[in-house]
Amino acid sequence: MKEILRQCTLVVRKELLHLWRGRARLVATAAFAFANLVVFSFAGGLHSEALRTNAAGFLWVGILLASTLALGESFRVEVQNNALEAMLLLPVHPAAIFYGKAIGNLVLLTLVGMVMIPFSVVLFDATPAGGLGRLFLTIPFGAAAISAPGTMHAALSSRARSRDVLLPLLLFPLVVPGLVAAVQATQLGFVGDAMGDYGDWLTVLAGFCVVQWGLGGLLFSFVVEE
Amino acid sequence: MAAPALLAAGVGRRFLGRWAVRNVSFELPTGALLLVHGANGAGKTTLLRVLASALSPTEGSVSVFGGTPSGARARVSLLSHADGHYDELSGRDNLEAARRLGNLTGNVGEVLARVGLATRADDPVRQYSAGMRKRLAFARVLLKSPALALFDEPYAALDADGHVLVDTLFRELHAAGTTLVVSTHQVGRVAPISTHTAELASGRLVAFGRAGTDAPGEPVSTALPTGNLAEERP
Repeated sequence: MKEILRQCTLVVRKELLHLWRGRARLVATAAFAFANLVVFSFAGGLHSEALRTNAAGFLWVGILLASTLALGESFRVEVQNNALEAMLLLPVHPAAIFYGKAIGNLVLLTLVGMVMIPFSVVLFDATPAGGLGRLFLTIPFGAAAISAPGTMHAALSSRARSRDVLLPLLLFPLVVPGLVAAVQATQLGFVGDAMGDYGDWLTVLAGFCVVQWGLGGLLFSFVVEE
Repeated sequence: MAAPALLAAGVGRRFLGRWAVRNVSFELPTGALLLVHGANGAGKTTLLRVLASALSPTEGSVSVFGGTPSGARARVSLLSHADGHYDELSGRDNLEAARRLGNLTGNVGEVLARVGLATRADDPVRQYSAGMRKRLAFARVLLKSPALALFDEPYAALDADGHVLVDTLFRELHAAGTTLVVSTHQVGRVAPISTHTAELASGRLVAFGRAGTDAPGEPVSTALPTGNLAEERP
C-alpha cells in the first residue's frame, strides 16, 4: 500500500510536469469550455431569465464537453509511444497509474472550472447570491466526478480506432448522477441556498466520487494489463 | 541448479484469430546472449513482448528466472519499436521519472552521457531525431541494470556510431552477466558475440541451439503443422 502511494505521488508529479510542459492541452480545454459557454449564452437568448436559471447546467455541460478533449489527450500520450506499457513494465502498480492520472485530470478540470466561473457570471448574468465560496467549493467535487470515470474510460477507449467518439459515448451516461448533483449544488451557489440543500447535494456528489474513484482503482488493472 | 533465465513451453499468441507465434519452446541459461532472427512478420516482436510480459501468451507458458514474467518485471527490460517516451518531457525528465517510479539505482546523468545524449538531455524529446530517441531508449535500459534485457531491432534508426555503441553495450552487458535476447536483421553484427541463436519463420521456432554448432536444432517446436501460419484461423 505504501509503495502504491509512493508510485501514485510520482505519477501525479509526472502528470503535472507533463501538463505544464505541454500547456497547450490546458489552454485548448479551457478555450473549448469557454466556447461552449459562449454558444450556450447565444442559444439561450441574450438577457433571458432562462440563462440565469440554467447557468449551472450550462457551466457543467461546458466543462463535461471540454473534458473529453483533456481526458482523451491524457491517454493519447500514453499510447502514442507505448509509454503506459513502459511504465507497467518498470513495474508500476496499475492502481498507482490510475490514481496518478485521475488526480492529474482532476487538477486540470478544476483549473478549467475555476476559470469558467467568472465567465459564467458575465455570460449568463448569474450573480452568485451568496458569494463565490460555494461555487469554488463545488468545482473540485464536480471535476472529481468526471475525472475518475473519465480516466478509466479514456484508458478503455485509447486503443480503439473511433476513440474520440467512444469516450463520450461511454462517459456521458455514466456521470449523469454526479453531473446532476454538481449542477444542483452549483445552482444553489448562484441563486442562494434558502432551504439549506447545498450540503445534501454536495454529499451526494462526494458519495458518487467515492464510488467512482474506488471502482477505478480496483478495475484499472483489467483495462491496461493484457 | 539455478533456474534458467527464460523457459518457454509451447508459447503461442493469437491476435484476432491469427496466430502471430505458435508452439515455441526453448530454454535459455542465465548469462546467455540469444540472437533471434527471421523474416518480416515471422513473429519476433510478438515473441519478445510475450517473454517480457508486455503480452500474455494465448497458450503455453513462460518462466523468467523460475517465476512468472510479470513477477520478474523489476529484473527485465524491453527495448521495443515504440520507445515509451513522453514527447513533451526532456530526455532527462523521462529517465528521472522512470528512475523514481521504478526505484532504479542507475545514475541518469551517467547513462545519458554513455549513450551520447548529455548535451541534449534537457531538450524535449519531441525535438529528438529517431536515432536520438533510440539512444534514449538504450539509456532507459541501462538505468534499470536488468538481469534480462530484450532488444527488438536495436540497430534501427541508428547511425554508424550508434551501431558501434550498441555493439559495445551488448558486449558490456553480456560481460556483466546480463542475459540478452536480441531480435535483429543485422545478424552479422550480433552473431559473433551470441551464445545461442533462434530462427523464427511464420511464427514457428524452426531452429534453436548454441551458436556456432552445425546442428542447432534442439529443442525446436514440436508437432509443427504444415501451411502458412499467418493464414490459420481457429
